[in-house]
Amino acid sequence: MPPKPAPPALRIRGLRKTYKNGVEALQGVDLDVAQGEFYGLLGPNGAGKSTTIGIVTSLVNRSAGSIEVFGVDTENDPGGAKRLIGIVPQELNLNQFEKPLHIVAQQAGYYGIPWREARERAAECLQWMGLWDKRTVMARSLSGGMKRRLMIARALVHGPRLLILDEPTAGVDIEIRRATWELLEQINASGTTIILTTHYLEEAEQLCRRIAIIDRGRIVQDTDTRSLLQQLATETFVLDPVEPIAEIPDLPDFAPRLRADGSIEVEHARGSSLNELFQVLDRAGVRIASMRNKANRLEELFLRLVEHHPEVRP
Amino acid sequence: MNGSDPRGGPRPFSVPPSVADGARSRLGENWVGFVTTVRREVHRVLRIWPQTLLPPVITTSLYFIIFGPVLGNRIGEMEGFSYLQYVTPGLVMMAVLINSYQNVVSSLFGAKFQHHIEEMLVSPMSGQAILLGFAVGGVFRGLAIGAIVTMVSLLFVDLPVAHPLLTIAVAVLTSVAFAFGGFINAMVARNFDDISIVPTFVLTPLTMLGGVFYSVSLLGEPWRTVSYANPILYMVNAFRYGLLGESDIPIGIAFAVLLVFIVGFYAAAIRMLRRGVGMRS
Repeated sequence: MPPKPAPPALRIRGLRKTYKNGVEALQGVDLDVAQGEFYGLLGPNGAGKSTTIGIVTSLVNRSAGSIEVFGVDTENDPGGAKRLIGIVPQELNLNQFEKPLHIVAQQAGYYGIPWREARERAAECLQWMGLWDKRTVMARSLSGGMKRRLMIARALVHGPRLLILDEPTAGVDIEIRRATWELLEQINASGTTIILTTHYLEEAEQLCRRIAIIDRGRIVQDTDTRSLLQQLATETFVLDPVEPIAEIPDLPDFAPRLRADGSIEVEHARGSSLNELFQVLDRAGVRIASMRNKANRLEELFLRLVEHHPEVRP
Repeated sequence: MNGSDPRGGPRPFSVPPSVADGARSRLGENWVGFVTTVRREVHRVLRIWPQTLLPPVITTSLYFIIFGPVLGNRIGEMEGFSYLQYVTPGLVMMAVLINSYQNVVSSLFGAKFQHHIEEMLVSPMSGQAILLGFAVGGVFRGLAIGAIVTMVSLLFVDLPVAHPLLTIAVAVLTSVAFAFGGFINAMVARNFDDISIVPTFVLTPLTMLGGVFYSVSLLGEPWRTVSYANPILYMVNAFRYGLLGESDIPIGIAFAVLLVFIVGFYAAAIRMLRRGVGMRS
């Protein structure tokens, strides 16, 4: 008899949520996240990302549907499912009048870890997050980045197999964001499945091996990141002329646009040559000093997917 | 981002062992969660003692001064005791019940307001463990203040203790009932006004009219009968009976009222927790 395949880290079927005011936040979400995956859940504001996560972590009541975490049904065995999940919410939800060491140790206690062991685990988590020196100051005195790291330490203290992060780098500076990425990659490398929601599409492109896009309470795309990016047919480049130009040359294949700062924006079909572009510019006497990619590739694709799914519009 | 180990060198990253791999029973897990909550609540009471322990002691001491040296001698005896002796059990009970209530309502609503109640809601802790953890914190504060107020009262009056065990039982049960009540109030509260309405407009009037300062036997009808509908009357009188051996009502009925409130509040709170009232959207 062949061995039974391992259940996915998260399986969602037919998840629906209608709030009391009649808003249908989720309209039948199906999702599978494989064990060990680094999974991105993207969507515009109000798309249903946080509602989905809220239901998975039992902070929001579902209207319909089923959820399994590593094969454990969250309705039939909520305690069993909760032991497997760690959550870093979007909103800061720390007790501002507690010390980091106590916050993390208490969280371990809520998971049934006795106080002595809880303190040891809390100490280790704070050391990993570079918060050991701040363990006895009040949480309210920590910087925004430190509070974010404290929330990650708190989410890890019971050893979750599925770590869910809802906009973990929102509002933090680029240095902390990069450091958080590095940390999340380490956590994922240690075998922990990660689900990440983010507004920073560069973040999703950098970290996630698989991405789902949710819009108006429905999944409109769910595929691996590489396949998703291959759907992008064009790229946009910004060219900076050596000298300002009053009028852009005729470039019918590149949909050129003169920007307010004097640079030229052009669209380029993937796989085609850029040589023709530079030949035309050269003939027109326009010399180019530098060139850069306008936007994050995933961002372009994201906008197109969200804009071009009229079937999910009410 | 790895921090340095104070015991030497940076620590390589590894996620802690999963609690899902352990062999802890659900009961044991909930017990630890309950103890963790109690520790946090007791720590909170002691940490902010100028807010939690000091004010009720000062307020009650003022009552002792007013009803002792200032007014007590003019009022004379009541039911065979000096007036200050008569009102002291009521003043102690008033401090116990109001502070048990306020501790839970402020702590739980504060946790909701700052959203850190989510720490407990995402954990496998049962509703019973959460409720009892908060309630024990309220009972701790209520009884601590009751004990302090009692000690302060001894500076002003000789206080007999007719039935010590009964006195303690009434104080504990009353404290539990009001701690559960505070929990329910905090669950349904949506703003800070909602947590002050019940103490201001319900608890304080019921306590003042609950036989703290007078015997209901002094009231004419219909006020005497109306007073018997006030549950706090039973608690105050049962406590007074424990200390002075004197009560306006049968003690058995007082205990029955207390148990009805405890069971009723407990059942309501658990049901509300299961439905996520005020906690989950």
